[in-house]
Amino acid sequence: MPATDLLSSQGLRLDGRRPNELRRIRCRLGVFTQPDGSAYLEQGNTKVLAAVYGPHQASKSKLSTEGVVVNCQYSMATFSTGERKNRPRGDRKSQEMSMHLRQALTAAIKTELYPRSQIDIYVEVLQADGGAYCACVNAATLALTEAGVPLRAYVCASSASMAAAGAGSAGPEPLLDVGHVEEAAGGVVLTVAALPTTGHIALLEMSHRLHMDYFDIVLSRAMQGCRDIEVILDRAVRDHLAEGWTKQDVMTI
Amino acid sequence: MWTTKTFLTKTKRGNILKIVREHYLRDDLLCGSAACNVCPHKDDEYVLDPKPESICALFDYPHYLVLDTNVVLHQIDVLEEDALTNVIILQTVLEEVKHQNTAIFQRILDVIGNKKRKFYSFVNEHHKDTYVERNPGEKQNDRNDRAIRKAASWYETHLSINNVKGQHPKIVLITDDEKNRKMAQEEGITCCSVKDYVENVNGFVGLVDKLSKNVIPESCSKDALYPAHLTPAEIHSGIRNGKLHQGTFHASRDNFLEGTATVNGYEKSILLQGHIGINRAVDGDLVAIEVFPEEEWRKPSDIVLEDKADDPGDLLEEESVLLNAVKPADNKNEITPTGKVVGIIRRKWRQYCGILLPSKFPGATRHLFTPAEKRIPRVRIETRQSDMLASQRILVALDSWPRNSRYPLGHFVRALGPIGDKDAENEVILLEHDVPHARFSEAVLACLPPNDWTIPPEEIKKRVDLRSICICSVDPPGCTDIDDALHARPTATAGVYEVGVHIADVTHFVRPATALDKEAASRSTTVYLVDKRIDMVPDLLSSNLCSLRGGEERLAFSCVWEIDENANILSTKFHKSVIKSAAAMTYEEAQIAIDDSSRNDEIARSLRTLNKLAKKLKKKRLDNGALLLASPEIRFQVDSETHEPLEVQAKKIMDTNSMVEEFMLLANVSVAQRLAEDFPQCALLRRHPSPPPANFEHFLLAARQQGFEIDVSTNKSFSKSLDEAVIPGRPYFNILLRIMATRCMMQAVYFSSGNHTQEEYYHYGLACPIYTHFTSPIRRYADVLVHRLLAASIGADVTHAELLDVRYAAALCDNLNYRHRQAQYAGRASVALNTHILFKYRVEIESAVVLAVKRNALQVLIPKYGLEGPLYLPSDMFTYNEENHMQICGDVTLKTFDELTVRLSLDSTNLQHRKLVFQLVKPFVPGFSYVPEEQKEKKPEQMEVDKEQENLKKRKDTAQSKGSKKKSKKK
Ligand SMILES: [Zn+2]
Repeated sequence: MPATDLLSSQGLRLDGRRPNELRRIRCRLGVFTQPDGSAYLEQGNTKVLAAVYGPHQASKSKLSTEGVVVNCQYSMATFSTGERKNRPRGDRKSQEMSMHLRQALTAAIKTELYPRSQIDIYVEVLQADGGAYCACVNAATLALTEAGVPLRAYVCASSASMAAAGAGSAGPEPLLDVGHVEEAAGGVVLTVAALPTTGHIALLEMSHRLHMDYFDIVLSRAMQGCRDIEVILDRAVRDHLAEGWTKQDVMTI
Repeated sequence: MWTTKTFLTKTKRGNILKIVREHYLRDDLLCGSAACNVCPHKDDEYVLDPKPESICALFDYPHYLVLDTNVVLHQIDVLEEDALTNVIILQTVLEEVKHQNTAIFQRILDVIGNKKRKFYSFVNEHHKDTYVERNPGEKQNDRNDRAIRKAASWYETHLSINNVKGQHPKIVLITDDEKNRKMAQEEGITCCSVKDYVENVNGFVGLVDKLSKNVIPESCSKDALYPAHLTPAEIHSGIRNGKLHQGTFHASRDNFLEGTATVNGYEKSILLQGHIGINRAVDGDLVAIEVFPEEEWRKPSDIVLEDKADDPGDLLEEESVLLNAVKPADNKNEITPTGKVVGIIRRKWRQYCGILLPSKFPGATRHLFTPAEKRIPRVRIETRQSDMLASQRILVALDSWPRNSRYPLGHFVRALGPIGDKDAENEVILLEHDVPHARFSEAVLACLPPNDWTIPPEEIKKRVDLRSICICSVDPPGCTDIDDALHARPTATAGVYEVGVHIADVTHFVRPATALDKEAASRSTTVYLVDKRIDMVPDLLSSNLCSLRGGEERLAFSCVWEIDENANILSTKFHKSVIKSAAAMTYEEAQIAIDDSSRNDEIARSLRTLNKLAKKLKKKRLDNGALLLASPEIRFQVDSETHEPLEVQAKKIMDTNSMVEEFMLLANVSVAQRLAEDFPQCALLRRHPSPPPANFEHFLLAARQQGFEIDVSTNKSFSKSLDEAVIPGRPYFNILLRIMATRCMMQAVYFSSGNHTQEEYYHYGLACPIYTHFTSPIRRYADVLVHRLLAASIGADVTHAELLDVRYAAALCDNLNYRHRQAQYAGRASVALNTHILFKYRVEIESAVVLAVKRNALQVLIPKYGLEGPLYLPSDMFTYNEENHMQICGDVTLKTFDELTVRLSLDSTNLQHRKLVFQLVKPFVPGFSYVPEEQKEKKPEQMEVDKEQENLKKRKDTAQSKGSKKKSKKK
């Protein structure tokens, strides 16, 4: 169900983006010292933290001889939305999000390298403004990279929606990286987690029904978003490493 | 490219929620000017001329116009004229317009979309150099004005970059806000008011007439006639604390000083009386109302009161006439909650058709305009073309209603044609009922197949070939858009028939989301006026390629049943097909074919089978509780050349009418069942809610007076008691009863299956649990959608996104229902117009029946013509018995269902509201009833009395009787 009024007659979205543009992404690796890897990521006004512990020996109950067990925990801060709500950890929504995160991240991690081990990934949504899942995946990828966990490729997530043709608006046209306002307008939101370099899709989720005619264009727009995000994440990792090396060099000398 | 600069916009809502929104500012937005040397325009992105020629004497150099929000909102008629070009519409303005008035928003978008007009919409809100942030404590309006000024001065500097000094176009800011103009001047922006600009435009005659006289209504406290309206904030808090109520104002048709408003919390609608009580509300406006304490409640005046013919100037006359009429009632049941309008929440003004009432002073520019719709007050307009316009039907827009003006102010929009001219009158009907009737656009016509289109062989292969079957269509005479055809033939099993209904396959030509489809969806229905048809789809489709003409191969969507002798449905199937109708017959021809026992051809046999089965189907349906309702439909014989009506008669109903109807009902029900199964969320269906008991009150009383107790508890019992209510020797009585029953009904409406529960699908009138429209896709858009759904359901076509979109379906149903209703009203208005033309030179004495008894009139119906209207009764002769709804004068009692003889003539004293006048002939009421000339001569003393009474009546009533009397003498 495409939503109306999301695209102006001049082809701009409500916040001034064009249909194929991501929100502003800002990120930092290594924000904590305690975990093996950590990252902070902002996608527009959605802000998330990710921390990675491991790989370390798996607890008995979870142990697998096949490969590493990926353990994800998703949570939302009490202050993350406009109305402050006490959010118990492990509620249904968090559990579902944790599972989805696990699915996407497991697809990227070379699990076969660490049998009998476990990797713990914690993500916390500090501020939610649409697309929290995508931001979490992207932040977790950065944290995993910082922790030095071998990955097949970056796993990136992006959402896309559909703007209907309406009075005074262009369209129908797929919209990349859906913000809260656009989500609330009631259009369908398609979320993809993918490994852009290999072209694998790790997770695909859709909020409403979408007509077949639109599916391909919405999906390819979301995939385009994943590729754009990969470029941004890659640059962040390289900047971080460059920064890290100079610091270490200074220390050793 | 996107800039990484982020601004946060904070908004507060309801329970104080801080909302932070991203706002991206860009550096890739174009200015749209061909004089620009900076922006990377592509060739097709230039909208504004490099050196626009000035048409305004005040500014003799090339310039672009920047408009503020109020200019667009109020002067849209000026902007739509092909005069002003090279105009910059800022996004700030567009958004404010969109927020305030969607109709005007759409109109300005159309202007922007028209390349010739050179209107450029500049996205200043997202441009990095023109965005302004709201200062602390600054009002939103002030911020927006500042944003507009900022954009204006940005353009000025932007265009000067890399340009020879003084060579580039200047910017002129058009605003009527004096404060804004002053601030702009301080900032060095050239500015001007709309009035000054337009009045100095050369070469466009009549542009000045279109200027909206927009005065801020509450500012004119000097010489104020009306109390000031409350401010929006006062209204808001008044409604919240329950002191005020919100409601839509409905003006009375009969009394210009009276109206009502329905509000929540009151069972009856609130009565609003007098200039002050109505306080400048216009029919349809959303108003805030203060309800008086109960001891001040009154009852509706029940009198007819028209605004004076002459212009009293800006004075409110004494309202004694009205006040006398509304003495507080003794009967508690009669009083209605009464109140007054204290504020306007939202105006629902549109453009109105009517005539100009030229001022008596020669050379005056201020004139009064009388709308055709009686509920709308007269309007003061300014024009210098009054001589030319006085004989025309014109269209006028309302602008404002200041406190010191007796009438609302408006401006002339366009002339529709001479008064009395058939085309102009039809145009009025179409405009007043919001019927889209412009010629089909090029884009729509481009969607049509070529004129000589024939069915391609590969299309035939995809379909079931029914060309060899004897199919025929039965329609009213002269029908060119034939939607449906039928056939029936015996099957191999004895006593089982194959019956097919074949419907024109319109969706083969009208493909989803094309310009043709959008136009058809917007029109929703073909509108039938007496002498004119406004097609939903272009003529090539409606009267040719889709129309199932006799002897021609056509594409069809077929519904084929196996039916046994007792009219039980054994099987149903749907498929697309190719048919070749054997004959396109009229109801009469078909009836003759059935009755003529010498005929034994295939068509006659097929028709006889259909007729036999239809009768059984109908009986079943009636046994189920379906209502047989009636409405007095009339047919005009129209002169084929002049389109003048020649004769009028009630429509004849034959067996074959009901035969076709029965199978169409069956097809619709079959399709509805299938759709509801396959598309539980988005099937387009039609429901008919059962009427609330209150609707029947008067009807039951009238029936009781005739000695019948009608049981309306269910449609089945209702139908049964209607059947039993027969008076021997008065065959028309039962029909009349059914006509009146029809008026107690609710409107049937389209809906989307997902929006209602299964119980609500019920169709009360047809007594079937589910119903839709499938059989007239040429003239109804609902059927087009149903065809698409059914085609998807049987795999004959693919679905598309909008077809399955629940929200889209709901919006579409709203439009369908609205257009449907408007089309009905337009049709009735056309009948009234033609009746008036017909009776222009005619006076007749006919038998009539009383449909309803009102306080000062009888509503009478003339069965022969199907005409109805009021027969006014003077209150000094007749006493109204409220309890029994009777009018009594001496020993004459008039009540519902009574049969009378009346004299029919036309009153043309008021050109806009010509009406049929009904005068009582029998029963004879001395001094009131009309006496034919020859009788008068026989009874001279009677004539004396009569004349005296006539004189009396002349003084009292309007001038109606005068007009008719003159005519009768001529005769
Ligand atoms: Zn430019």
